Amino acid sequence: MSDAIRNPAGPIELEARDLSVLYGETRALKYVSLSIPDRKVVAFIGPSGCGKSTLLRCFNRMNDLIPDVKIEGEALFQGRNLYGAGVDAVDVRRRIGMVFQKPNPFPKSIYDNVVFGPKINGYKGDFGELVERSLRQAALWDEVKDRLQSNALALSGGQQQRLCIARALAVEPEVLLMDEPASALDPIATQKIEDLIYELKQDYTVVIVTHNMQQAARVSDHTAFLYMGEVIEYGPTNELFTNPREERTEAYITGRFG
Amino acid sequence: MSHRHFQDDLDKLNGSLIRMAGLAETAVKTAVEALTTRSRDIAYEVIDQDGGIDAAEMEIDDHAVNLLALQQPMARDLRLITIAMKIANDLERVGDHAVNIAETVIYMVQGAHFPVLPEIEEMARISTNMLSVALDSFIRGDAVMARTVIKRDDRVDELHANNFRILLTHMMEDPRRIGAGMDLLLVSGNLERIADLATNISEDVVYLVEGRSIKHRSADRRDREIGDAANALPSVEAAPSADRAD
Repeated sequence: MSDAIRNPAGPIELEARDLSVLYGETRALKYVSLSIPDRKVVAFIGPSGCGKSTLLRCFNRMNDLIPDVKIEGEALFQGRNLYGAGVDAVDVRRRIGMVFQKPNPFPKSIYDNVVFGPKINGYKGDFGELVERSLRQAALWDEVKDRLQSNALALSGGQQQRLCIARALAVEPEVLLMDEPASALDPIATQKIEDLIYELKQDYTVVIVTHNMQQAARVSDHTAFLYMGEVIEYGPTNELFTNPREERTEAYITGRFG
Repeated sequence: MSHRHFQDDLDKLNGSLIRMAGLAETAVKTAVEALTTRSRDIAYEVIDQDGGIDAAEMEIDDHAVNLLALQQPMARDLRLITIAMKIANDLERVGDHAVNIAETVIYMVQGAHFPVLPEIEEMARISTNMLSVALDSFIRGDAVMARTVIKRDDRVDELHANNFRILLTHMMEDPRRIGAGMDLLLVSGNLERIADLATNISEDVVYLVEGRSIKHRSADRRDREIGDAANALPSVEAAPSADRAD
């Protein structure tokens, strides 16, 4: 393995082994191998079309939903291949939650948004407690506690995104995947999401895709730079941003291409 | 407004700098004590602890570069990080000058006794005091206090020029005193540099607090700018911070 790929030490939560994704004839992700440590924040950066979202989506089988997609190699969660025989994609998505670029709350009350997943999963506990805990974890509780029955679509964009995070957390996942979670938000709302990510890593493994390099620098422990479907460099964030090993990484983070 | 963990990091950087300042200040005071008591043991103490100051400089530089790269600091945060690197560099030099003085003391005590000039003792007092006040002004974020330091530098320069003249006269009168005279001149030069570095640190504190640089001004203009503020305070020697409790 190239010395530009430095897999972190410690317990591994997610791992890609020779992972490729083909959209029809096009290989969008090319033989990627990297490991993501437990309870850390890992960021994928790279120019548009580099494969960073494709790689992220492999980890909760979101690519399954796209026609003509073919996955080769392995994506492992706690050592088990997510694409192995007998693995239930719905169960995978419960344990590996996802937050998308645009906030997408259901057109229901704040309360109903949070309890939606747990209800489907047959949650037996106290729903009121679950709603409060999830909203607190998403740093939204204080802003909405007096209007849990209001329609979620009446919230601001930043609040809607935190509601989506609360909704993802309500089903008690182990990993949170975030695909450009702040790119549709203003700077203040972005900062709230970034602070939240910093808090979340106490309990969750977080993988974030962002085209905002500064955001990756601010929030992540490890960063992978992808280019044209390959991982060019992967390592500790402070090293990748102060002293990258690959010329292409340096050119990208200094704004010389991409 | 800054991120919570960024604020924690800034506080850590500030803390490292304050600890390093304490080490450098102790080094100078110990070196001066070694000089006035002609003690080799005390001089060796200064030399032994210099590694700690060097390590602190590298740690602060490393931390500051990471913060610049990862957090995109702005305004006062940006100024704090950039001056942290400069102050760490200045403090490392202060430590080296203390070591130079200590080494000279070790050399001097082997030779014939030559009394330390009262001018050198005065210089040592003013220089160490300038350093203490400069560091206090950083810790308190007090630009007025920092300006009192800058005003004192001229007196130290004057004393250094006097020492040069006095020691030269002694050496011309009695060539057997050349060795000791040169040693004392080196000590005087090191004390003068320590006062310069205290001045640099004070200028950086003014930049941190007010966001404007007062370096490299003509003497007249500088005196006008720092005059009023500095005159409003008691002189440096009388300042309550002269003997820091912490």
